[in-house]
Amino acid sequence: MKSGDAPTAALPAPIPLGRRYPWLEGLSRFGGGMLFLWPSILLFGGFVFYPLFKSVYLGFFVSDPFGRGQEFVGFDQYREVLTSPDFRKSLLVTFLFALYTVPTGMVLGLVLALLANQRLRGALFFRTVFSSTIAASVAVAAVMWLMLLNPSAGFVNWILGQFDLPRVNWLTDPQWRTIWDSGPALMAVSLTTIWLNIGFTTLVLLAALQNIPQELYESARVDGASPWSLLRHITLPMLSPSLLFVVVVSTIIAFQSFGQIHILTRGGPLDATNVIVYSIYTDAFINFEYGAAAVRAVALFLLMLTITLIQLRFLERRVFYR
Amino acid sequence: MTIRIRYSRVARVALTYAVLILGAAIVILPIYLAVVNSLLPKEDAISYPPKLFAPDPQFGNFKKAMDVVPLGRYMFNSFIQSSVITLGQLATSVLAAYAFAFMRFPLRNFLFMLFLSTLMVPWEASIIPNFQTVQMMGDPPAGLAVAIAVLVGLSVGAGVAALLAGVFRGGRTARWRIRALAVAVLVGALVGILAGVGTLRAALDGKILSLDSYQALTIPFLATAFGTFLMRQHFMTIPLELRDAAAIDGYGHLRFLWRVVLPLSKPALGTLAVFAFLQSWNQYLWPLLVTNSDTYRTVQIGLAGLASQEIGSINVVMAGTIIALLPMLVVIVLFQRQLVRGLMQGALKG
Repeated sequence: MKSGDAPTAALPAPIPLGRRYPWLEGLSRFGGGMLFLWPSILLFGGFVFYPLFKSVYLGFFVSDPFGRGQEFVGFDQYREVLTSPDFRKSLLVTFLFALYTVPTGMVLGLVLALLANQRLRGALFFRTVFSSTIAASVAVAAVMWLMLLNPSAGFVNWILGQFDLPRVNWLTDPQWRTIWDSGPALMAVSLTTIWLNIGFTTLVLLAALQNIPQELYESARVDGASPWSLLRHITLPMLSPSLLFVVVVSTIIAFQSFGQIHILTRGGPLDATNVIVYSIYTDAFINFEYGAAAVRAVALFLLMLTITLIQLRFLERRVFYR
Repeated sequence: MTIRIRYSRVARVALTYAVLILGAAIVILPIYLAVVNSLLPKEDAISYPPKLFAPDPQFGNFKKAMDVVPLGRYMFNSFIQSSVITLGQLATSVLAAYAFAFMRFPLRNFLFMLFLSTLMVPWEASIIPNFQTVQMMGDPPAGLAVAIAVLVGLSVGAGVAALLAGVFRGGRTARWRIRALAVAVLVGALVGILAGVGTLRAALDGKILSLDSYQALTIPFLATAFGTFLMRQHFMTIPLELRDAAAIDGYGHLRFLWRVVLPLSKPALGTLAVFAFLQSWNQYLWPLLVTNSDTYRTVQIGLAGLASQEIGSINVVMAGTIIALLPMLVVIVLFQRQLVRGLMQGALKG
């Protein structure tokens, strides 16, 4: 602070309003704080809290085909939509999608991060390459995989051909069944998603790996620990907070995925990739059934809240914090 | 003995490199093949077996992609959208984080929890009412327009009054200070009324927010709990004694924030900026819903459109894809350090 600023000693102390009117002091402090918080509060109120309650409210009304003329039906619509076979199907697809993408993505990201974290010539280059997919947006990734998964000229089927495996109509085959009745389309969308997120996962885990103090390894090596036990007893425990973070975030990403499905399969074939978010989109903005879509949206919110809380509660116990 | 050890070491390093190169090849393959295909002539791009090299690069594909859809306009729109969201998020979260970190006021902790709770609401769960809001704001009911005008007028007025009151704080006598306060309130009220009237007129004309506009692309995302949290965690590392010292020198909150806190927070600001930009550049569902003309369509939606429109010319589609990928690649390479730091903070939070 410059010495030429206002003379400090001559300033009278502010009138201590608080001594005589404590509530006034509190109020003026509250007002001061609100001046700084007000922009955020206005926006959160308008675009987060209000729509959340509005979604619950919309679920009580059945919309006509134009999205207008609402008829109040109470909880009937909630019961009807949530017990319908297509909601059960989309729930299953959503869980399968998370099951395909989250563990695979985490293991692959961990392997890549461990590989690139070694002290080798060119490690920086590999780190950059491994985290490069973070630059790809969901549309870029999906369009690229649209090319790779092309049934006649795509790279994926060409590789299969090299091993004498039959070609797969990745995005359109409704017949071929894998586990729980899900076709290859869900696997194709999952593959795209894993690739899209691998850069993020690797980057998080690499950053975490570099925060592990080297002395831990050195003292363990002096005690004759093998590389495997170093990994098991030092690296993984020290990484566990970041692994938990990766699991929670990539589960959330999986439950919110939309772009790749919109570009690759449009929810098809036969609803094989119709995850909850996609069914919200078709219900609300293709069929104009706002009420039914709102029910699915509320279900999605509760589902994600529950899963995140469960993950934090259960996995927290296995996590080692310094 | 020594020879065997050295041999196994060499073998291990070779194996590590082999696995590294294999991993890199798999990760980079889709991007590499996209580049190759963007340079192939049309008939080679959909041939079997797929071409792995482009011996005779066709740069005309890029021009063709720009001709088929206005990719340049889309990129410009995405750039405007992402920049406005980034600047807005920086402003709102710096202000909110400052209040949470440096000011003491009733309900502070409750409000902080309320902010954090917005992290638990997935955007997709509130997308229908938000779409309806934007739709309605194109031609708002008078009551809503008045309510918004009053809110904006009051906020702007109170802000101006508080700012002036802060500026006049250096007064020495009680009477001077009361006069200054009166002037501040008066000017604040005047500015507030003007802002309110202006807002009312704009709102009634549907200019505040309407479908197919930059406002629809940006306004819902101008506040962020993640950013507020990130900045607050950083502000908490600034010693409170600094605030006390600044207060003795007659610094108000705003001047302290601008002159002391922000210069100390450049790394955190950088992290938040990179994240905000990346996230808004990658948005898909919301721009898909609220834009329906080339004037405001973003590059993600435009790329999806190009892909379904030119399904027969993979080379042109891939050229468009590379064009859409390039800016982000540049951002990532330039700002990787901020990104890693942000991820670390996120990881610690988890």
